[in-house]
Amino acid sequence: MQTHPKKLLVIIAEAALEKLLIKDARRLGAHGYTVAEVHGGGATGERDADWEGNRSIRMEVICDEAVAQTIAEHVLNSYCKNYSVSMFLADVEVLRPAKF
Amino acid sequence: MDPVVLFFLLGAFARLAKSDLRLPEALYETLSIYLLLAIGLKGGVEIAKHSLGAVAPQALAVIAMGALLPLVAFPVLRIFAKLSHADAGNIAAHYGSVSVVTFAVGIAFLTRQQVAYESYFPLFVALLEVPGIVVGILLAKMGRDAMAADAGSSPARAVRWGPLLHEVLLGKSVVLLVGGLIIGWIAGPQGIDPFKGLFFDLFRGVLALFLLEMGLVAAGRIADLKSRWLFMLGFGTLMPICFAVIGIVLGKALGLSVGGMTLLGLLAASASYIAAPTATRIAIPEANPGLSIGLALGVTFPFNITLGMPLYHAIAQRLN
Repeated sequence: MQTHPKKLLVIIAEAALEKLLIKDARRLGAHGYTVAEVHGGGATGERDADWEGNRSIRMEVICDEAVAQTIAEHVLNSYCKNYSVSMFLADVEVLRPAKF
Repeated sequence: MDPVVLFFLLGAFARLAKSDLRLPEALYETLSIYLLLAIGLKGGVEIAKHSLGAVAPQALAVIAMGALLPLVAFPVLRIFAKLSHADAGNIAAHYGSVSVVTFAVGIAFLTRQQVAYESYFPLFVALLEVPGIVVGILLAKMGRDAMAADAGSSPARAVRWGPLLHEVLLGKSVVLLVGGLIIGWIAGPQGIDPFKGLFFDLFRGVLALFLLEMGLVAAGRIADLKSRWLFMLGFGTLMPICFAVIGIVLGKALGLSVGGMTLLGLLAASASYIAAPTATRIAIPEANPGLSIGLALGVTFPFNITLGMPLYHAIAQRLN
């Protein structure tokens, strides 16, 4: 089976950013995304999703490397200063490259 | 102390003692939807019994109070606590808006004490949700722009009012409260009768369950108090008392009953932890949510439902 290399961009952030992140990702060239509610902790404390203001999301975007870089850079500049955000990139293989 | 408050204390104890007690998130969501709708419906049915013309002047005064409270909190936070414009505006927004659950505990308290109150009060709760948030955000933004001007740079990123107002006016608490009010108003006492079992009779039991969860959540905010505990305990208790006095005096001026004065005092004293954090997190990104939520949820909410409520009632009785 033939596979095609793509980038997986994962953004873990405060749920308050969800709408903005989706809009930004779409605008910057992502064809799709997946969002899940998650909980966890970091250097500044826990975010255990026990009420509205304490929810976190994990957003995954599979796209071309250039698009992933653009989105990541935008998130870094726009949100990382004031919000809890974790972000990473990974290499993935997809079967239908046109979809991403 | 009202028994519903004991459920709050149980939740707080469980969290502090590191019990594994945890309510499913879906239940929290369901209970909060129930409470908001039930409060709205109850108020709507009562409004149907009154003429809107009689309530309208009071409603306008209550909106004005909601807009005024952040203007009192903001300078206090700037001058005494030396907070940034963003943090002061953010906290002022939380305290300008109201906590519906605090109001629910207030109703439970007055009902138990057999104190009558103006039954259309849920309308005031809905009206008080929004103005405080808008004024708090404006204060934070004006401060930011002034600082940017002093530094000779261009004004900070503008607040996008369209999405923000959408967020505040169509947030779940306003939609459910106002929706409930309208449904109750249209249906009237007879129309709402078939729903009474669910929305009115079960109210206290559901409130007790919700407060158990709130105890768990509020005690979880204790960590936020670590860095500035003296300021947070001081502001989180004294500011609500001052605001309560403003509310109670306004209630008297508006000719409300002792129960009504107590409730208006309680509403003025309460701080939002649902609508305000959601709106300000996007509108004032540089504000520290640990401070505002630690204050609203970790200090003021527990204070209001335990010590504040009887205190405000006593003040209202004294001033009457």
